[in-house]
Amino acid sequence: MATPASTAGGAAPGSNRAFFSQLKKVYGLYTGGFIAFVIVLAIAEQMGMPRVFIGYTFLIATVALYAGIGIISRTSDATEYYVAGRRVPALFNGMATGADWMSAASFIGMAGTLYLLGFNGLAFVLGWTGGYCLVALFLAPYLRKFGQFTIPDFLGARYGGNIPRFVGIFAAILCSFTYVVAQIYGVGLITSRLTGVEFGIGVFMGLAGILVCSFLGGMRAVTWTQVAQYIILIVAYMIPVVWLSVKITGVPVPQAVYGKVLQKVSAREEELIKDPKEIQVRDIFRQRAAAASARLKDVDKSYADGKAALAAAVTKAEADAAPAETVAAAKAALAAYPPDAAAAKAAWTKDAALAGRSAPPTRHAEAFPGKDEAARDVSRRNFLALVFCLMVGTAALPHILMRYYTTPSVRQARESVFWSLFFIFLLYFTAPALAVLAKFDVYTTLVGSDFSKLPQWVSAWTKVDPSLLSIVDINRDGIVQLAEISIGGDIIVLATPEIAGLPYVISGLVAAGGLAAALSTADGLLLTIANALSHDFYYKMLDPHASTARRVMISKILLLVVALIAAYVASQKPADILFLVSAAFSLAAAAFFPALTLGIFWKRANKWGATLGMVAGLTITFYYMATTQPWLRGLFGVTSSIADNTWWGIQAISAGLWGVPVGFAVIIIVSLLTPAPNRDVQDLVEHVRYPNIKGDTMNTLET
Amino acid sequence: MQLTERQHEYWRRNLRITAILLFIWFVATFVMGFYARPLNEVNFFGWPLAFYFAAQGSLIIYVVIIWYYARYMNNLDREYGVEEAEDD
Repeated sequence: MATPASTAGGAAPGSNRAFFSQLKKVYGLYTGGFIAFVIVLAIAEQMGMPRVFIGYTFLIATVALYAGIGIISRTSDATEYYVAGRRVPALFNGMATGADWMSAASFIGMAGTLYLLGFNGLAFVLGWTGGYCLVALFLAPYLRKFGQFTIPDFLGARYGGNIPRFVGIFAAILCSFTYVVAQIYGVGLITSRLTGVEFGIGVFMGLAGILVCSFLGGMRAVTWTQVAQYIILIVAYMIPVVWLSVKITGVPVPQAVYGKVLQKVSAREEELIKDPKEIQVRDIFRQRAAAASARLKDVDKSYADGKAALAAAVTKAEADAAPAETVAAAKAALAAYPPDAAAAKAAWTKDAALAGRSAPPTRHAEAFPGKDEAARDVSRRNFLALVFCLMVGTAALPHILMRYYTTPSVRQARESVFWSLFFIFLLYFTAPALAVLAKFDVYTTLVGSDFSKLPQWVSAWTKVDPSLLSIVDINRDGIVQLAEISIGGDIIVLATPEIAGLPYVISGLVAAGGLAAALSTADGLLLTIANALSHDFYYKMLDPHASTARRVMISKILLLVVALIAAYVASQKPADILFLVSAAFSLAAAAFFPALTLGIFWKRANKWGATLGMVAGLTITFYYMATTQPWLRGLFGVTSSIADNTWWGIQAISAGLWGVPVGFAVIIIVSLLTPAPNRDVQDLVEHVRYPNIKGDTMNTLET
Repeated sequence: MQLTERQHEYWRRNLRITAILLFIWFVATFVMGFYARPLNEVNFFGWPLAFYFAAQGSLIIYVVIIWYYARYMNNLDREYGVEEAEDD
């Protein structure tokens, strides 16, 4: 297959227009080829190709494609390796940024989160798109004019000296590493689903897929594979949603018509909230949870009491010469009793958690649901805080900002942010539609259906993984109640092809799309970490005389090492992986955003202000997380109650709400208390503010 | 480097458009978000208004903000003679 990288290698500098039209042709052919490939597989499926082969074909074909692009794009030239030669046209940089940006969490998790949370989940949609306004207005054009290789590069040049650079390196690695672990975890999950191999093996197979893209060609290879990955992931996301929309509404534009479906869902919610059968199931859950909580108060005593009561029942049944069935039933109950107090505690804790399922369904469209005005206020505050942290975090994540170094000009950097958000927007404004359509299907088709006649996709997925979907007839009436369905968010995207009644090949396509999303993000992140270590730490701080070839080689070795460490951590299935991802946004926001924006917009900001501001922002954010997030509290042995440590009711995920203003305040105060930066730095600020000034002799472009 | 008065003016106009667009961004995000409950009472082509904006409307506003900024600044560059050499 023709790849864009072959043309990328052949273009002479200064022929950007020819390069652009060539790229359009190559990726046009590529998209056509990919669709033809899916059609051929669909025909093969109709002719009887087994499902597992379809899964393998998707996995091998797409990863081989990425590998091919990666190998053709191999390079040892520094500009090519770090910033793809700075000739990625705005449109293609937009697609690459889209793939870089949209992770497994966006692709697979987003619609599910919206399904589960309703309106409040839209904080992610808003936060992960609106942040690009900040990128466009405050950062992208200026960073492009500055034109070096990494974000710590800018901090080092603007604030002078190695200390700000070092803080930048530390922060870049901190937020990128937690994020990349989550991506590799996602890759392992999808690989093992697609092929049936074990999770641990899936992680390392996925790792190979990640490395072939980035190892040989750095940013150049990553850019051109990301464009290819974007095309796959957007096609994979759209087809099932469009189909589902046709099935439910008869219109193939789900984004335009799901308002009517939402009205029907809302009407159905009101019925379900009042439905006597639903209330009956919720009451059963409430009683079970209450009984379990009561037992948990004194585990040892209730364990002994429970066991004694069952044993007494057996003795009594035998003594009374009760019918054989009664005796057998009493014995069975005794045998089913937990073997020891610890097992009993685990079982009761699980039962106590059923209290969550005793609540009526949340209304999908209701903003900030809560039992009273105070609860609604806290919910609103957290929604807005989360939106703020995700937005500022978006405008501070180094792997995204780095992408704007790769365009040919400041002008194209500005246009490129537009294309980035446009391509991201295509997926993000579809996800809420998918959530509503899926909810409609579940609420009207699944709820109320007969347990003996469950839809085929339900029985298939309950077998795959009960945490994704499980339905138990709690009140034994043979009819599915909404309260009897336990659903995991990820299933919404994964099962949509089957809900829509599409052939298996589309399920394979969706998995390939998820894989593309996870691989592309992992690539961008790994490159960021390896570059921070090799370019910023080794070259700029340890050995400024290192030759280009040596720097690129060290970067490649580090990439391998970091990837292996990340894969190892991912294969351990770390506890709270979703929290780690969200934490990356708050940490990046607090560490980078104030120092970067003030560095461009305020000439007076100086070295000590920026250094202390970054440290203070990071520290306060991390402190807040460590004292209010259960997993981190365990790690650091925090014992005071969460409520005592919470400020203004804000959850740990939005800790950046404190870190960002603190970062700004410290930079401003400390800068004003210490001497102004020298003339050179002021010149640098003016240099980055203007795309091109006649007579400006400064050249910060790194080659 | 000594900037001319015209170049200072370029930067002031950049700051002005940045502030205007940032204000629109703020309203589309946080003001709409803050008043989401009352706004949701309004029906907008089938959607509750606040839900529509959080799921679609504000996103469209973001895309337009960035598109307009790129267009405005690229024109401003030419108007003030600070544009780059032809790059494509």
